[in-house]
Amino acid sequence: MTDLSSLYMGLCLRNPLVASASPLSRTADGVRRLADAGVGAVVLYSLFEEQIREEAAVDAMLVDAGTESFAESLSYFPSATAEDSGPRKYLSLVERAAAAVTIPVIASLNGASPGGWVDYARKVEESGAAAIELNIYFLPEGNGRDVEQRHLEVLAAVREAVDIPIALKLSPYFSSTSEMARCLDEAGVDALVLFNRFPLPDIDPETVAVVHRVDLSSPAEGRLARMWIALLHRKVKASLAATTGVETPEDVVRYLLAGADVVMTASALLRHGPEYAGVLLDGLSQWMERKGFATVREFRGLLAVPPDADGSLFEREGYVAALRVANLSSLSYWAR
Amino acid sequence: MRATVDGNEAAVSVAYRLNEVCCIFPITPSSPMAELADEWSTAGRPNLWGDVPTVVEMQSEGGAAGALHGALQGGALATTFTASQGLLLMIPNMYKIAGELTPMVMHVAARSLAAQALSIFGDHSDVMAVRQTGFALLSAASVQEAHDFALVAQAASMRTRVPFVHFFDGFRTSHELNTIELLDDEVLGLLVPADLVRAHRGRALSPERPFIRGTAQNPDVYFQARETVNPFYAAVPAAVEEAMAILERHSGRGYHTVEYSGDPEAESVVVVMGSGGETVRETVSYLNGRGRRLGVMQVRLYRPFPAQALVASMPGTVRRVAVLDRTKEPGSVGEPLFLDTVAALVGSVAAGERTVMPLVIGGRYGLSSKEFTPGMVAGVFDELAGDRPRHGFTVGINDDVSSTSLAYDASLDIEPAETVRALFFGLGSDGTVGANKNTIKILGELPEIHAQGYFVYDSTKSGSKTVSHLRFGPVPVKAPFLCHRASFIGCHAFGLLDRADVLGPAAEHATLLLNCPSGPDKVWDSLSRPVQGQILAKDIQLYVVDASRIAREVGLAGRVNTILQTCFFAISGILPLDRAVEQIKASLVKTYARRGSAVVDRNLAAVGRALAGLHRVDIPRIATSDRELRPVVPAGAPEFVRRVTAEMMAGRGDELPVSLLPADGTYPSGTAAYEKRNTSELVAIWDAELCIQCGNCSFVCPHSVIRSKFYDQSHLEGAPEHFGSAPLNAVGLPSSRYTLQVYVEDCTGCALCVEACPVSAPADPSRKAINLSPREPIVAHERSNIAFFEQLPVTDRTRVDFGTVRGSQFLRPLFEFSGACAGCGETPYLKLLSQLFGDRLMVANATGCSSIYGGNLPTTPWTTDSDGRGPAWSNSLFEDNAEFGLGFRLATDQHVALAHRRLSELRDDVGPDLVDQILEARQDRESALSSQRLRVAELQRRLEALDGPAVAELRSVAELLVRRSIWLVGGDGWAYDIGAGGLDHVLASGRDVNVLVLDTEVYSNTGGQMSKATPLGAVAKFAAGGKTVPKKDLALQAIAYGSVYVARVAMGADPQQTLRALREAEAYDGPSLVLAYSHCIAHGIDMRKGLEQQYRAVASGYWPLVRYDPMRRAAGGNPFLLDSPRPRVSLASYTDGELRYRSLRSSDPEEAERLHRLAEEAVSRQWDVYEEMATRGAWHFAADARKGQR
Repeated sequence: MTDLSSLYMGLCLRNPLVASASPLSRTADGVRRLADAGVGAVVLYSLFEEQIREEAAVDAMLVDAGTESFAESLSYFPSATAEDSGPRKYLSLVERAAAAVTIPVIASLNGASPGGWVDYARKVEESGAAAIELNIYFLPEGNGRDVEQRHLEVLAAVREAVDIPIALKLSPYFSSTSEMARCLDEAGVDALVLFNRFPLPDIDPETVAVVHRVDLSSPAEGRLARMWIALLHRKVKASLAATTGVETPEDVVRYLLAGADVVMTASALLRHGPEYAGVLLDGLSQWMERKGFATVREFRGLLAVPPDADGSLFEREGYVAALRVANLSSLSYWAR
Repeated sequence: MRATVDGNEAAVSVAYRLNEVCCIFPITPSSPMAELADEWSTAGRPNLWGDVPTVVEMQSEGGAAGALHGALQGGALATTFTASQGLLLMIPNMYKIAGELTPMVMHVAARSLAAQALSIFGDHSDVMAVRQTGFALLSAASVQEAHDFALVAQAASMRTRVPFVHFFDGFRTSHELNTIELLDDEVLGLLVPADLVRAHRGRALSPERPFIRGTAQNPDVYFQARETVNPFYAAVPAAVEEAMAILERHSGRGYHTVEYSGDPEAESVVVVMGSGGETVRETVSYLNGRGRRLGVMQVRLYRPFPAQALVASMPGTVRRVAVLDRTKEPGSVGEPLFLDTVAALVGSVAAGERTVMPLVIGGRYGLSSKEFTPGMVAGVFDELAGDRPRHGFTVGINDDVSSTSLAYDASLDIEPAETVRALFFGLGSDGTVGANKNTIKILGELPEIHAQGYFVYDSTKSGSKTVSHLRFGPVPVKAPFLCHRASFIGCHAFGLLDRADVLGPAAEHATLLLNCPSGPDKVWDSLSRPVQGQILAKDIQLYVVDASRIAREVGLAGRVNTILQTCFFAISGILPLDRAVEQIKASLVKTYARRGSAVVDRNLAAVGRALAGLHRVDIPRIATSDRELRPVVPAGAPEFVRRVTAEMMAGRGDELPVSLLPADGTYPSGTAAYEKRNTSELVAIWDAELCIQCGNCSFVCPHSVIRSKFYDQSHLEGAPEHFGSAPLNAVGLPSSRYTLQVYVEDCTGCALCVEACPVSAPADPSRKAINLSPREPIVAHERSNIAFFEQLPVTDRTRVDFGTVRGSQFLRPLFEFSGACAGCGETPYLKLLSQLFGDRLMVANATGCSSIYGGNLPTTPWTTDSDGRGPAWSNSLFEDNAEFGLGFRLATDQHVALAHRRLSELRDDVGPDLVDQILEARQDRESALSSQRLRVAELQRRLEALDGPAVAELRSVAELLVRRSIWLVGGDGWAYDIGAGGLDHVLASGRDVNVLVLDTEVYSNTGGQMSKATPLGAVAKFAAGGKTVPKKDLALQAIAYGSVYVARVAMGADPQQTLRALREAEAYDGPSLVLAYSHCIAHGIDMRKGLEQQYRAVASGYWPLVRYDPMRRAAGGNPFLLDSPRPRVSLASYTDGELRYRSLRSSDPEEAERLHRLAEEAVSRQWDVYEEMATRGAWHFAADARKGQR
């Protein structure tokens, strides 16, 4: 019998597989299904501050449409309709999800204003979230130092507001990911989630239009995250979560070998249904049995860059090596 | 505590606190009382005794009265809020409640009754129709009194056990905002002590101490038993006086059952009830200040009539009395208040209490919220002072038929100089009324200011005009009439200057604030000559601000209210500017906080931008414009339209004399075509090159502004330069051309056509074959295009393929340019009905949106074809439409049978061949109908040459030999609720009537109250927490009869199926029921996406398209056809698009999730049932058992 239990930013998980933010975690029922499928923790879908503001503005427009125009119908809705409930819907989800399952429920927050970050973080904590994942999402235009500074400011503000662990989902676009990770680590982040994916717009030549769509991630996308996890493992106090490109149990194993504390997936669960978590976990156990590992701790970070290695040198070598590995893995991927 | 509220809120704030149960049904203008009660109940607000009252919406006022009666018998303190027809429906129960001496108060916003026409406005017709029920009637004359008398009535009712109607004038009081003093709970408790509540409870039915109430009595005792109640009624006036006295001790506001004010030795007095009493009192005080010796007696308690108090309070010097009634009782010696007053006075003279019987005359005023002004009051006193005062007079109108009307000086102005009067002209959509309500509240909250607001709306729902009448000043505002001689005029939409007499009510030296795209140096030149003339003549100061631009820039497109409100404060100087800005901002935060920070931020930004964008305009000394206003209707319009309709359209309907109005409520069809409202800046424009001529745009156009014709190319000769035309896209007609003409002046810019258009330009996918484009640059040449289009030959109906969307759109719509909401989901169905069957169509229309946009003056949309034929339309009531329409059928059948009989009798005289052909004609297709028309015309020609009674009789019914199409049209409020019993009965009658239910799933016309069509999980008024009962499946109910053709359609999902269903329903010789999904502004959708939502409703399986055809069963087939494919999108993808579902997810996410899950289950369960039905054998369905049917 293998022991999959894992520690993620101080939370004891029954296994290292975490369902990351996706439409599957939009309802308490959905969270329950994920928990029933066996995942170790669930990250709820992200609360977007602008979206809340914008939705409230749209609803305000709709609720006022046609009012005060005709003597018989001076309004069309009960007066409390479209009251801006702010994050009430989200907080209720946190509350109900946390009550519905025994695994940790992690809230995901995407603020737009300094006040929004702090305010929502505090409310999320009060609603029973086990931890918060900060999803700092913006295209890094302008001064790179400002971008880094903004990450640190958001973290500091939220750190001050809440006591539960804080994870930060990073974009891969930093001049130095390791430097950024070190600064965040020093500022007290409890986990780094590598990496955020951006729903990049595409162009459809046929309709001559910009198309907005979210593509599910593919295993090939996991290599960048894996490299950085391998580099950061045991270099930072913070836990490391791998996300992106988890399709098979082998992908889970790869991340753990690279040094991830937990492995997150959304795309595979969306593609195959929440129950697919069981397939991933069974595969992990079988692999461990096959390789003679009783616990995850025994092999986590086995292929990580040693903490005492020369960072800069190793990064260069690691880069070259990673390229090599990447080429191989991509070949093997296509060969399947 | 002071508050600025309207009469409805004033009344319900007391009624709610003094009751345990509210049984209601929405009806204008009382609905807000019920809605507030429901909202407070939902929010858990307690009544005086700490309990949360239960509010129940019933299926009709009849139902509400029944529930009320039961709740009272159960020992609860119970009430209802109603008006007009609603009150009439309560009459049977009112006799019972009063007969059983049950204390209660119902609160009535008094409103006109439907007679020659419906009217939603205020008078005493309804309350006067219940004066005989045994209810006491207490009349409040102002917003403050509506508050105070709600309590007085309850206190007196509890003491005397006599139930009360507490009423106040609909709209004038119910909707007037005024600053009042609120009664606190302590005072309520003093007047309605717990022991009286327990006494009432003690009389309740209880098996613990059983008795029976509601026996049947015989001639031996009924009479005596009826007389038992006399002492209770005798006690009422004193009980009311006592309650008023207690109230005065605690509030300082003194009232009496009848109140005299004026000169203690007056010789002439007016007796009056309701808000008009305020006007008379203020006028008497003004006139007495100028040397007259007049008086007024305000009657507060009308039943039991306080004869003693009336006589006692009338000065002994009075020799002449005018009694004013706000109702009409045709054929009576006088109206009710007159009769009561005369009887009281005669009685007192007979008894020797008075020595002289004064001369008493009675007259009518103020019907349907007709203005009642100080000038009219003075006119009444002048009549009294004349040699021979006339009884039966009217005041406020010009009655040139019966010469009843009094002359008066309309310019009499009695208002205190320190009261500021301001008028604001806005569009319904721009937020003007909301901002003015805010202004009133801001001012009303300041201790030194009293404020009043009253709002006038026009009769359309798209591009409607609103006029806000505001007064404020240091003294309480007692002026229940509109503002004239205003010192401030706001014109919030530049176009209104050309549509309405904006400056007519302006005082000399008034200020005009204009929302105008031209800057201060250009604005003068953009004004018409008459407006320039008014500005110069009245020496008006002009300010401009481009509020529309600012609104767009701060993200509030179209909502100019905050900007103009700020400018009003800046110019008027009522408050120091910084204090005003501070107050506005505070009020914006308060108003919009619940709408979210983005909305607050945008409005706050608008305040700052407004001040920067406001400019004073230097006005030249002379008028420079040569632009005259366009005539209201074209010179070629029919005489009635020019003399009557046009006057109403121009806002001069008040001046129309009695003689010009039809005596029986009959008006000409097709007048909407004369009202070019130009409401939208953006209008549809056709791209002839891209167009594939599919007809979809025209099919879905709710306003019938998109027309298509095909014609021989030779007709293009002389076409205007910009006239659009394309080769007809059809085989076999090479020389034919096709034109899609947009009536741009009638277009509301709803964009449903753009959404329905299936083609896009290859290079620019956002461009369709029909697009929105600014109206102004094209309107002039489109007018000539339309004129040219109209003279093109009308497509021959027999050459059109009725079976296709495209074909049907060559048929001329006989329903056009209604004032329905832009993008209305109902009107496309009616338009289609008129296209398919219009020339032989009879419509019985239930009251609701469709009767309002279908029949509200000044102009109406049902029109005629080039032969002068068209839909015959009528509205009876809300509750009886199915029965009303069945009556059309019965009359028709009777007369068709008569025609057949006489035709057979006259066979040899008329000609056997013709008679046989007429009698045997099937009339199932358009070509057959067309042949029958020719035969009937021939018959009529031949009958001209014949004589005799049988011939004369046949002539009178010969037109019925062309088959008529009888349609019963209404909304879900009618079909699912108030008219459900009647509809069920009519469907079961087996008669050939067609029912079209325009299902918006909510009471749309009265503002979104829940009906039994409201779906599970949707939020509506009276279902603020989401509806917890699924929608009634009317289709299955009707299918159960076996003899009813049933269809469920959604034009936005499958127009072809809609077309097929309407045609099959019409062709079916028996009852048909078509349930039409109608998207609605009350769904909280972007109306442009209405068709998309229809599609999603069907694609998600929520609204399966079905047809049930008894003829198929008769032929041995399965009569149940499922026309839509299996659900292929999630229910959420439909409900996500509608605020009615979405809002619950914010307010109560858990409940929303629960209801959504249940709704999903309901959808799949329903689908399973339907799918199973679609595969059954014929014998699984009920047979059509009518004789003659297989």
